[in-house]
Amino acid sequence: MYSKREAVGSVTLAGDPLFGGGVDGAVVLIVLLKTGVAFAALMVSVLFMVWFERKVVSDMQNRIGPNRAGPWGTLQTLADGIKLFFKEDLLPEQADRRIFRLAPYLSIVPAFLAFAVVPLGGVITIAGRETRLQLADPPVGILFLLAMSSVAVYGVMLAGWSSGSKYPLLGSVRASAQMVSYEAALGLSMAAVVLVTGSLLTSDIVSEQSRSIVDWNLFRLGFLPFGIFLVAATAELNRPPFDLVEAEQELVGGFHTEYSSLRFALFFLAEFMSTVTMSAVMVTLFLGGPSGPGPDRGFPGAFLPVFWFLAKLMIFLFIYVWLRATLPRLRYDQLMDLGWKRLIPLSLFWLLVLAAMILDRRYGFAVFGAGILLGLLLLRAVQVGQSATDDAAGAAPAVREAG
Amino acid sequence: MLAATKVDVAVFGASAVIVLAGAIGVVISANPVHAALSLVMTLFGVAVLFVAQEAHFLAAVQVIVYAGAIVVLFLFVIMLLGVDRRENVAREELRGQRPIAFLLGIATIAEFVLLTRGTSWVTGAESVVGPASGPGANVETLARSLFTRYLLAFEITSVLLVIAVVGAVVLARRPPPERPEEPEPLAVPERLHTPQLDDAAPVPATEVPAP
Repeated sequence: MYSKREAVGSVTLAGDPLFGGGVDGAVVLIVLLKTGVAFAALMVSVLFMVWFERKVVSDMQNRIGPNRAGPWGTLQTLADGIKLFFKEDLLPEQADRRIFRLAPYLSIVPAFLAFAVVPLGGVITIAGRETRLQLADPPVGILFLLAMSSVAVYGVMLAGWSSGSKYPLLGSVRASAQMVSYEAALGLSMAAVVLVTGSLLTSDIVSEQSRSIVDWNLFRLGFLPFGIFLVAATAELNRPPFDLVEAEQELVGGFHTEYSSLRFALFFLAEFMSTVTMSAVMVTLFLGGPSGPGPDRGFPGAFLPVFWFLAKLMIFLFIYVWLRATLPRLRYDQLMDLGWKRLIPLSLFWLLVLAAMILDRRYGFAVFGAGILLGLLLLRAVQVGQSATDDAAGAAPAVREAG
Repeated sequence: MLAATKVDVAVFGASAVIVLAGAIGVVISANPVHAALSLVMTLFGVAVLFVAQEAHFLAAVQVIVYAGAIVVLFLFVIMLLGVDRRENVAREELRGQRPIAFLLGIATIAEFVLLTRGTSWVTGAESVVGPASGPGANVETLARSLFTRYLLAFEITSVLLVIAVVGAVVLARRPPPERPEEPEPLAVPERLHTPQLDDAAPVPATEVPAP
């Protein structure tokens, strides 16, 4: 049996030295330990992120922000969590009970599972066994991330529907349209990374980038996929300026209007958890994961890579807070226009250019020029078509405006 | 012949329970949303079975496309059309449909049992089909056959899909709304007529007494 397993071993076990010598009790324990640690780390990072966001936003708005619980208000999130825990748990009369109870968990699980494939550091040794600081390295790594982000829509969608109330339903309909549309742009910019790396494994993507800073996909892919990914990820997370799902001014509280107590806390947790997870994914895909700037020294020490990883993670967490404090919310049609008419064509075009570049530089530049030319032509064609339709249908309003 | 290990049997058993529970849920749920969610459960169970057979790519695509897109669209339609109310399962829409379905179900089960007993190709072992598809990782093998041997079929399928998308857009597009005729301006009584700038011209000049 083991000889067979070795035959496909490169596929099944994907190179974590932990599984090199078969699976026994100790290995199972180590995996359980890693799972626990990863979960705890994500929880602590959520506690931190909530505090960080409130503090930075209040700094940007000339306020003080939380400053009562703990030093600099660091324990505020914990206090809020405990408060929520003891609040009354309401179940609306019109709600679909089973799904109403299920929805918060559906939104929290994908956030954690996606975090599982992110490499956090180098190889460490636990109880004489070497293992990577990465919970799982499935052979379809990147696709697993995509799968999780497409499953994440269920939590929001079902929460809104099962509440049996108007505003949550509106919020969840918006959410599902938004998340399904931006997933295409997200997937296409991930495809650019996969194209250059030639592997779907997250560990391969990191090791490809670990030679030096110019090998980071951010520079290698020419910034554009990174920018598209950042925008699409913000939309996937329903964070400002794409937070139409819970637009307070229009929808009361959006999809979680009817939720209270622990279930509300779970939604809150899920939102921040996926923010941290998405930032970690961006670090992995574009900023070289745990590899530091400069030539890699083969993951020296166990904790330097972790430090680099966290430092890069902080950049993205800060960017998210910054966006929230700066940009006003988009209108719904602007959101859809941005996704379908700009991001998706742009990322398709860039994917073609990158593919041609890999074949030959000359092809790459040819495709680049031809793409821009065709794009301009298409733009002009759309303009002509639009003005023709306007002329056919809109003669009357033109007169009215003139009159 | 590979023998199934205990782990294989456990994985198969767990996912089979999930698949069957989901399938039964789809059939007996009175509420369409519950039925759609049971379908998601079945899809996940099948994805786990795919992973157990080393078809990782298939499993990922199953979750992304079916669970992540298609069932979401189902739910979207159910929510938008407001058909999410309970259905009376006891009422029979098509007369005589149930006995026929029952008989066909029995026949299918009998067929499966015969097939599994007759030959010995169902072992439940991990990766029975994995090595059969040739060396190399899933994705590479798949890509190679997709872009060499089945290139024509692949391209034709993509053209077909593009046509379908364009067709859907064309069909879904409403014709530009007929602009309602400008309503006849209400006859404004003379005394309410407000002087306007361009009214000024035809006003007969009145004698202005010289100062």
